Amino acid sequence: MSADHTPILEIENLDVTFTGGAKPVRAVAGVSLSLCRGETIALLGESGSGKSVTLRSILRLHPERRTRMSGRIAVVGTDIMTLKGGALSAFRGKTVSMIFQEPALALDPVYTVGTQIVEALRKHDSLTKPAARKRALELFERVRIPSAERRLDAYPHEMSGGMRQRAMIALALACQPQILLADEPTTALDATVQVQILLLLRELQRELGLSVIFVTHDIGVAVEVADRVAVMYAGRIVEIGPVREVIRSPRHPYTIGLLSTRAHGGRLSGKRLPAIAGSPPDLAHLPLGCAFQPRCALAVAACGAAVPDPVPLRPGHLARCFRTDATAREEGPDASTVD
Amino acid sequence: MSDTAAIGVRPLADTAALHHPRGGEGSDPGRNHSDPAPLNPGPLLEAQGLVKHFPLKGGLIRSPGAVRAVDAVSFSLYPGEILGIVGESGCGKSTTARLLMNLIVPTAGTVRFDGRIAGSRELPLRAFRRQVQMVFQDSYASLNPRLTVEESIAFAPTVHGMASDEAVRRARSLLDRVGLEPARFAGRYPHELSGGQRQRVNIARALALQPRVLILDEAVSALDKSIEAQVLNLLLDLKDELGLSYIFISHDLEVVRFVATRVLVMYLGRIAEVGPTEALYTGSRHPYTTALLRSMLSMDPDRRTESAPVAGDPPNPINPPSGCRFHTRCAFAEGVCSAVDPALAPVETGHAAACHMAIASSGHSKADARAA
Repeated sequence: MSADHTPILEIENLDVTFTGGAKPVRAVAGVSLSLCRGETIALLGESGSGKSVTLRSILRLHPERRTRMSGRIAVVGTDIMTLKGGALSAFRGKTVSMIFQEPALALDPVYTVGTQIVEALRKHDSLTKPAARKRALELFERVRIPSAERRLDAYPHEMSGGMRQRAMIALALACQPQILLADEPTTALDATVQVQILLLLRELQRELGLSVIFVTHDIGVAVEVADRVAVMYAGRIVEIGPVREVIRSPRHPYTIGLLSTRAHGGRLSGKRLPAIAGSPPDLAHLPLGCAFQPRCALAVAACGAAVPDPVPLRPGHLARCFRTDATAREEGPDASTVD
Repeated sequence: MSDTAAIGVRPLADTAALHHPRGGEGSDPGRNHSDPAPLNPGPLLEAQGLVKHFPLKGGLIRSPGAVRAVDAVSFSLYPGEILGIVGESGCGKSTTARLLMNLIVPTAGTVRFDGRIAGSRELPLRAFRRQVQMVFQDSYASLNPRLTVEESIAFAPTVHGMASDEAVRRARSLLDRVGLEPARFAGRYPHELSGGQRQRVNIARALALQPRVLILDEAVSALDKSIEAQVLNLLLDLKDELGLSYIFISHDLEVVRFVATRVLVMYLGRIAEVGPTEALYTGSRHPYTTALLRSMLSMDPDRRTESAPVAGDPPNPINPPSGCRFHTRCAFAEGVCSAVDPALAPVETGHAAACHMAIASSGHSKADARAA
């Protein structure tokens, strides 16, 4: 998982506002992130935090007429924001490709999975049909689908959830992308199958030297796959750092709260769970200042006045918080929690 | 939620009046366990040999078979207990919940409450459902979108004959109890609430008839982690205050370990293992339980999972594997496992596993060593 330090993907000041509803909703507010070659970053957050919107922006998957996007996204030097028509199609799947939470919805139900992979291969690489089929078979074996030859001719509904997810990974890797975007790919799977898919993704990442952005709401999943973790809240990255740093010495009160809400097995049994008070803000009516401030036990007047800038803590570890002095002393998962 | 803790709303009455203490006439293995409530030896809710087969449609000459969703499942819930039911999709945990409530009619088997069969003349379903209520995973789908929160909660008491002003008063006090200020929330519609708030409403509604048992079917699974913790704390508080017992169905092993006093593991419609929570989590005896527990992620970047504890997906519950249903994925499977269906056998007090390795002289080569 070691990464060299040339960024392959750079996001600067990304803003995404959806204008389709009654009130515009600013789903992503000034996200900057750079992904190095061979690195895996986990975007961690709860529903509405903007993690999936950020991910989808990289492939420009948002409906153009109802979305306002600003900022800069560059992949291997190409500016994604200005790509149009054919260039955008060629970029999707070839340079950057994506896997989704629900393969049953992402795969086309009326074609066999083999046909779908062959189609993707022939579109991007102009292979002959037999050559593409041969390559599809290799991909199926690569993602360890048993009796791969036969499975190529199966329709998505004929496969189990884990098998479908493997097929979607094969499809995503068909054109040898350099960057893989994963949007909660194991969330819909059973626990025993989730582990298998996480191991597969980790192995493929290592062998193919992929750079990965992995969106998840599950800290446990992030810990399994990521080199770095970026925690999102209300459209902003509130903390980012190497996975060990963020898990062991979180500095943003939200991260601290999130980590402590894990039930920690039997250790807390019979007691109350530490919970973060209140609920995530409505993105159409964000509070002034830090969006977490209404739920934060450490909030002071300054927190309600302005959005804090990222504060560098240790190399590569930043938190958007005015109170990082207070969270440093705590070092434990207690700062922002109420009983 | 802290703002309401101070306001002690009335406790639900008459739990003591309903006891029908029964002696333990234990015949099924689920009953032979150390009793969590020694003063009250009889089980509160009992499933006896529950079976549910969903016949498949199609097939011209004969039916192509059935989904054997739940197959001969027996267990008991004791007063004051939280019984966790865990398992993967298709294991029958939600079907079991629906069978317990008689929301679907069992192919075979009975449900007893306080010793009386639910749906019998002794305990008609209407009376049974006053005692046992359910909270579902989808907080939105389970509320009527055209009723305000207050109307939803007051609905069942009115149906059961309570005067409407009294029902509304109860609805408001329940809203208060679950942490939603009545003045702000009573008049709202479900779409005006967040997921966590809606689930609080569902809990309040389930409590409106003053039941003694709540069946929580993935009730916190759709919530964000920070909200999930709040709702779990609420459920634990309510249980203590109102003397409730829960059946807590979840796929989240971590949460189940935190809340449950006893855990039941299901696999493909069968009980694989049942036992006191810590005994089961630290000394599981069924290989499936062990695999499930080893699939829990470590949360430690230096102790990442390096190998999958079990291969493959759970098989299809249509025509499940012969013998032990787990034998197709089990690392210890031998001839006996595909031939003979293992019964749930006690391994310690209150701890039973349906595995040939836990049954002495079952014919499995590891049987005697492990069953001893």
